[in-house]
Amino acid sequence: MTSQTGTWLYGVTDSPAAIRRDSFDHLTGVGGGKLHLVSAGGLTAVAETVSLAEFGETALRRNLEDLDWLDSTARAHHRVIDALASQVQLVPLRLATVYREDGNVQSMLSEHGPRLRAALHRTASRAEWGVKAYAEQPASARAEAPRVSSGHGAPGSGAAYLRRRRDELAASQQDRHAALVSAQQLHAELARLAADTRLHPPQSPELTGNKSAMVLNAAYLIDDQRAAGFRQAVDDLRNRLPLQLELTGPWPPYSFADAGPDLR
Amino acid sequence: MTPYPADRPPAGRAPADQAPAERVALPADRIALVDLLDRVLAGGVVIAGDITLSVADVDMVTISLRALVTSVSALAAHLPAPASTNWMPDDS
Repeated sequence: MTSQTGTWLYGVTDSPAAIRRDSFDHLTGVGGGKLHLVSAGGLTAVAETVSLAEFGETALRRNLEDLDWLDSTARAHHRVIDALASQVQLVPLRLATVYREDGNVQSMLSEHGPRLRAALHRTASRAEWGVKAYAEQPASARAEAPRVSSGHGAPGSGAAYLRRRRDELAASQQDRHAALVSAQQLHAELARLAADTRLHPPQSPELTGNKSAMVLNAAYLIDDQRAAGFRQAVDDLRNRLPLQLELTGPWPPYSFADAGPDLR
Repeated sequence: MTPYPADRPPAGRAPADQAPAERVALPADRIALVDLLDRVLAGGVVIAGDITLSVADVDMVTISLRALVTSVSALAAHLPAPASTNWMPDDS
């Protein structure tokens, strides 16, 4: 049956001795199993032996399309990383990094050692904070507000309709432009407090449940000792800018695990 | 990451059972899935496992997000299609 299992990875640390054994022993992973450590070349991966019937390549292709499976697996993956990142410096690995056996994980640790060490160094004593900004008022709300007729044309006439529609579109575009300008200012001010930044694609209203347009979906890598200042800055900007802001964090440094292009 | 209280002393790591009051982050079971996927699928170190080698990076993310969007859209069928640039709700 050993050929029917694989090794699911959560993250990599260079200080496994700092992991608190009691909490480690109580953690369960994506497959509901206990975790173990795999070490090579001075690096240690946090791993779980999983069934390939659920986490093998074929099964993953199918399961990733299943929202309930994806939801519970993403949360389980995050729970482990979140718990351990609170104890040791840990660089998260992307969801669904699976090996045939622990020996192959050791090869990976050796092969990717420099890259993993660089990631650990880059994120040491830092956490990720997420900031999402929405245009303050749904443009549709304003477009639906009663408008004073500018004069000619009966209310129901084609000309009046077209003029009203044009005004609505112009107002909506102005709202959006103003929100984007505010979002740029927001990002610039927060980026000054950050060691690094990443911009994620804005989420659609269908996903956020917020009728206002998301104009910024950013991640900031913040020194732990500057976290309070960062949160204060977000609060200040919330009052100063015509945007709805959502702050989440501290997150394990997911968005900064790879040295990607800084889109700032 | 429970022990990242904003006022944590710079040196040393706080025990995990301290400072939940300082958290902004929600427990894992209350985090919005879409925020989580932004991070666990689009973030993290990307290393091809030997099992998942042939699941292309981008494929995996888009497959999953498509599942998410499709499912959420089904719940919010009164909203325009996700790909539409006309995102304004039309039912209010």
